[in-house]
Amino acid sequence: MLNRTADNVARATPEPLAKKIRGISDKGLAWLFISPTILLLLAINIFPLFWAIYLSFTNYRANRPNEAVKNLGLANYQRILGDQDIWIAMQTTAHFVFWTILLQTVIGFTLAWLIDRKFRGHAFWTTVILVPMMLSPAVVGNFWRFLYEPQIGLFSYVISFVTGIPPTNVQMLSNVEMAPWAIIIVDTWMWTPYVMLICLAGLRSIPEYIYEAAEVDRASNWRQFWSITLPMALPFIMLAVLFRGIENFKMFDMVNLLTGGGPGSTTEVASITLKRQAFESWRTGYSSAFAIILFVAVFGLANIYVKALNKVKQR
Amino acid sequence: MKSTLKLALGLASAIFASTAVSNVAHAEDLTLCWAAWDPANALVELSKDFTKQTGIGMKFEFVPWTNYADRFLNELNSHGKLCDLIIGDSQWIGGAAENGHYVKLNDFFDKEHISMDDFVPATVVGYSEWPKNTPNYWALPAMGDVVGWTYRKDWFSRPELQKEFKEKYGWELGPPKTYDQLMQIAEFFQKRQIDGKTVYGASIYTERGSEGITMGVTNVLYDYGFDYQNPKKPYEMKGFVNSADAAKGLEFYKKLYDCCTPPGSSNVYMGESADAFKSGQVALHMNFAFTWPGLYKDEKVGGDKIGFFANPAGPKGHFAQLGGQGISVVSYSDKQESALKYIKWFANKDVQAKWWTLGGYSCLNAVVNDPKFPSSQPYASTFLESMAIVKDFWAEPSYATLLQAMQKRVHDYVVADKGTAQEALDSLVKDWTQTFQDDGKM
Repeated sequence: MLNRTADNVARATPEPLAKKIRGISDKGLAWLFISPTILLLLAINIFPLFWAIYLSFTNYRANRPNEAVKNLGLANYQRILGDQDIWIAMQTTAHFVFWTILLQTVIGFTLAWLIDRKFRGHAFWTTVILVPMMLSPAVVGNFWRFLYEPQIGLFSYVISFVTGIPPTNVQMLSNVEMAPWAIIIVDTWMWTPYVMLICLAGLRSIPEYIYEAAEVDRASNWRQFWSITLPMALPFIMLAVLFRGIENFKMFDMVNLLTGGGPGSTTEVASITLKRQAFESWRTGYSSAFAIILFVAVFGLANIYVKALNKVKQR
Repeated sequence: MKSTLKLALGLASAIFASTAVSNVAHAEDLTLCWAAWDPANALVELSKDFTKQTGIGMKFEFVPWTNYADRFLNELNSHGKLCDLIIGDSQWIGGAAENGHYVKLNDFFDKEHISMDDFVPATVVGYSEWPKNTPNYWALPAMGDVVGWTYRKDWFSRPELQKEFKEKYGWELGPPKTYDQLMQIAEFFQKRQIDGKTVYGASIYTERGSEGITMGVTNVLYDYGFDYQNPKKPYEMKGFVNSADAAKGLEFYKKLYDCCTPPGSSNVYMGESADAFKSGQVALHMNFAFTWPGLYKDEKVGGDKIGFFANPAGPKGHFAQLGGQGISVVSYSDKQESALKYIKWFANKDVQAKWWTLGGYSCLNAVVNDPKFPSSQPYASTFLESMAIVKDFWAEPSYATLLQAMQKRVHDYVVADKGTAQEALDSLVKDWTQTFQDDGKM
C-alpha cells in the first residue's frame, strides 16, 4: 500500500525532478538532509576550534587587526603554564568545583531520597525545590548580591540573628575568606535541585521487587540503602556529578555577577581570567592558548570519568 | 468597486510615499555613541539644536559604564558602522589612532578654523592628541571631567561636631587640603551616629572589573610621587612606578579603605559611590565631576547640604585623575561629512556655553575662562581648580592590558590584603614591562 502511494507520488512528480530524486541513493539522501546541520556545526563549532588552535600559536590581538601576526610556536603555552596567576585561578576553580559538587551531591541525593518516600504533599515540595533551578542566573546573581549586602541584606540579618554578630560585620562578598563560600552557597542553592532531579530518576528506576525481596530476607533499612539504593542509583549520581563538574569548571555568570572575581583575585576562576585576557586585555593568541588548555583539561577529565561511569554501570 | 480600488491604490501610494520619505530622513540620521550617564541626557537635549539647524537627525547609542569599553571597542575593532560619532574614553586615543578607528581631524580643523589653542590644554593632550604632546588631533575635547570630592556641608557646620573635631585634631573642621586631613575627617565620621543613623567616613573607588580602583588610587599615588615612567626615558618604569614614595601612597589608600569606608565597599565605582553619598551614608565622597550637578540637585543631600573640593595635596605633589572624553568621527562611518558638520557645530562657543548650562562640562577656554564661570554653579570653581592639576593613565594602544594589570595588583593589595604595597607595585612594573616588551616598545 505504502509502496503504491510512493510510486504514485513518483509518477506525479515532474520528469526532470523525478529523475534527479531517483538518481540519489538512500545514503545520498541521508547526507542531503544532515548536511545543513553538519555545515552549521562546522561553521560555529569546529572551525572556531581549529581557528583558536591556530591563534594560540600566534601573537594575534583582535583589537589590532592591522598588525602583522607573528608565529610564536609554543611560547603562549609555556607562558601560561609558568604563570603563577593562572595556577592560582586554576586552584580557585578546583576549590569551587570540589565544594559545589560535594554539597550539591550530598544535599541533592538526600532531598531525592526524601521526596522518593512519597509523603503527603511531596509533589508540592518537589515543585518548590525546583524553583531556584528555573531562574535565570543573571536574576539569581543580582538578588543574591542584595541578599548579601551587609547593610540591607536579608542574609546578613539572618546570620546576625543566629550568631549575634552585627549584620554590618557579615561581609560575604567583601571578605577574602567568605567570598568563595558566598559563591558556593548560591551555586548550591541554585543547582542542587538539578542533582536532586537526576538522583530522583535513579531512585525511581530501581524495581520495587528488589526491595520486596530484601524485606523477605529481613534486611534492615540501612542495609537496603547501602546494598540496593546507593549502588543502583550510583550511575545516576555519577552522571549528575559529571554534568555539574563540566558546568562548574566553566562557571562564569554567577562569579561575574556576585564578585567579578574579587576581592582582589580571590574568586577569580579560570573562566574569569580567560575573559579578562581575551576581551579586556585583548591578548587573543594568549587567551586562545589558555582556552585550549582548559578544553583539553575538561575533555581529558570527562573522558576518564565517563570510563569510570561505564565500569560502574557494567557492575 | 472602482472607487474602492482607487481608494486602496491611493492609500497604498500614500503609505509607500511616507515610508520612502521617512527612509530618506533616516538615511541622514547620525548615530552618536557614548556612555549612559547624566551628561548623555544633556547631550540629547543639546543636539536638538543641531537637528533644527541642519535637518540632520541624531540617534544615540548609550551603554552603561561597566560595558562601555567592551561594547564600543568591540564595535571599533570589528570595523562596525553603528557609530558615526563616538565619544570615546581618553585612554582609547592611542589604540584608536594607531588602528585607524578614528578620522584624523587636523585638515578639518584647519579648514574650519577650529584651533586647539581655544581649548583647555590638559583636555587637548588628554582627549585629542596621539602621540601625546604632538599636534596630531583625533578628537575634539567634548566632556571635561576629573576626580574630585564632595562633602556633607551640613554635618561639617554642626557646632557640636566642629567643637569635638577641633579638640581632637586641633584644626577647624572643613574641606581638607591634604590627605592627612582627609584621613582625620574620615576617621572622625566613621561609625558616628548622626540623626540616629550610623554614618561612615568616605566612599572611595574600589571596583575591580573595569577601571574603578585604578581611577581612585592614582589620585593618591600621583600626590605621593608615583609616575608612569622616567620623564627623560620613556617606558623606564623602575623607580617611578614602584618608588618607596609611591608605595606609601598605596599604603595610604589601603588605610583609608580599611578604616573609613562603609561596610561592603569592596566593589565601588561611580554609581555605587554616588549612591553611598545620596543615601546619607558618608561624609566624604570621591567621584568624577560629572556627578556633581546631579548631586547638587538631589533633594536629600544637595543644595546647602553639599560642598565640593578638589583632590587634596600629598607630600610630593598635587594632582587629580583626569576623566572625560573627546568626540571623534569613526572612520568606518558612511556619513563622515555629516559627522564632521556635527563636530563643527559642537565646537561653536554658544553651543559650548549651552552645553555647560545643561550639565555637560565644556572644555572651551571661552566658556571656562569667562569671569562669570566660577560663580555659575557651586561646583564650577572646584572643577576649574581640579582641571588645572590633572594627570591621566597610559593612553597607549595597550592601555587595556596595562589597566587590567593595575586593577589586579592594586585590588589584590588594597581590598584582598595580599602582600605589601611595595610587592604590588613591583609586580605592576613586571606586568607593564612585559606588555611593552610584547609591543616591541622596550
